[in-house]
Amino acid sequence: MLEIKDLQVHYGGIHALRGISLNVEDGKIISLIGANGAGKSTTLKAIMGLVPKTAGSVLYDGKDISQDKTRDIVKNGLILTPEGRRVFPDLTVDENIALGAYTRNDRAGVAKDRKWVFELFPRLEERKWQAAGTLSGGEQQMLAVARSLMGKPKLLMMDEPSLGLAPLIVKSIFSIIREINQAGVNVLLIEQNAKAALEISDYGYVMETGVITISGTGKDLLVNDQVRKAYLGE
Amino acid sequence: MTIMDFPTFMQQVVNSLSLGSLYALLAIGYTMVYGILRLINFAHGDIFMLGAYFAFYAITIFTLPWYLAFPVAIIFTVLFGIILERFAYRPLRNSPRIAIMISAIGASYLIENLGVMIFGGRPEAFPTIQLFNQIFSIGSVKVSGVSLLIPIVTLVVLLVLFYVINKTKTGMAMRAVSKDYEAARLMGVDVNTIITITFGIGSGLAAVGAILWGMKYPQLIPLMGLMPGLKCFIAAVIGGIGDVRGAVIGGFILGFGEIMLVAFIPDLSGYRDAFAFVVLILVLLIKPSGIMGKATVEKV
Repeated sequence: MLEIKDLQVHYGGIHALRGISLNVEDGKIISLIGANGAGKSTTLKAIMGLVPKTAGSVLYDGKDISQDKTRDIVKNGLILTPEGRRVFPDLTVDENIALGAYTRNDRAGVAKDRKWVFELFPRLEERKWQAAGTLSGGEQQMLAVARSLMGKPKLLMMDEPSLGLAPLIVKSIFSIIREINQAGVNVLLIEQNAKAALEISDYGYVMETGVITISGTGKDLLVNDQVRKAYLGE
Repeated sequence: MTIMDFPTFMQQVVNSLSLGSLYALLAIGYTMVYGILRLINFAHGDIFMLGAYFAFYAITIFTLPWYLAFPVAIIFTVLFGIILERFAYRPLRNSPRIAIMISAIGASYLIENLGVMIFGGRPEAFPTIQLFNQIFSIGSVKVSGVSLLIPIVTLVVLLVLFYVINKTKTGMAMRAVSKDYEAARLMGVDVNTIITITFGIGSGLAAVGAILWGMKYPQLIPLMGLMPGLKCFIAAVIGGIGDVRGAVIGGFILGFGEIMLVAFIPDLSGYRDAFAFVVLILVLLIKPSGIMGKATVEKV
């Protein structure tokens, strides 16, 4: 459904992406792993149109969206949950969730999805009147995911959803990612927690300084010597 | 210290309320633009001046009745504010913040001097509208219609504004953009549209303020926006810049302070304009983030 070909990005004089190609197939969880500064976040931002691309194409269901505006990309169902959660701290939980559906006009569908995310994250419903800034880190991550789901994603891109969270919460975040995928949403995941990410992924890509060096199924990468040494700490 | 009788005191209260309202209307424009662009729109006082002149010309040259002239003037002022942002600020959006600030100062001088060229430096008299210039007696207190009209109009405008900011999707997007551009864009919010709307609202409120100002202090000159602009910027800072409620509070503090200072201590009337600056210095010393402001740590 998403096909990226030879994507290149220059970022303040740095050649941050030197030609990335990757595929997201329908129904799958894909993960992108690699060290800090490898260009994982830049890849996602480039897909969303947040950073200008110098070359390459982004095909979404066969259509080139590399020149589209962010709001149209969001409207078409490509949604990014940014690194560091980035919830709006002064807005209530409910308002954050409502903003997730900003581009949608189908009131009934929005109401239904709101119910669905509150089922996925009952904690958020309990706290819907609270300012998002008063939530704990884990709750803010849940809110960030809930907010993204409100945009009715066909592809949900998640940038480091487990960063800085307690192990128990990390576990529940990963099981939620699976649940979301089973509900029919494709997932493109960036993780520093490579093991956990590959375990739930159908396919994975390893990035190094702006290029993809290794790719394979999640299972293959978990037993790949290079990956084990560099990213799994074994 | 002057001892005054009750009716005189009440008249001063009414005067303070109307001056405070005018300041509040103008201060909101500063605070909203700052909230979203982190820009002090130095040309805001000049947009206020344009609002007054637009209303003046709509009535005198185009001989429109006031109930048409005022909306027309407000619409033109809104358009002007939007055009200003489009050409003076948007091209510099990604430049260092100092560049856009210099552009704002430049825009301010440009508008003022164009005003002198086009409108002429001679003061003009804002037309008197009979309906609003009647004197009302409430008990022994005599007040002009305009002094009553100003706080009422301001209250209505503020209620609508707070509704828009707090209850509508656009208002929610405005609050989101003021916190985090990139996250707002990821929600599908078009940041440029929100900025345009913000300038439109700010300029519209300035125009409402300018028209009411013209009715109360009916002398127009192209530099008339300078001092109110400066004071309302101070009002926004006192209230906590970026916070709309704060701007309203700041506006009323200055309005009451100025009028009461002169009323109670007439010897200090020459220092009337200094009052705002004294308050500013005190606030900056005691609580630099302003009354409603939260101390923020700037992320680098």
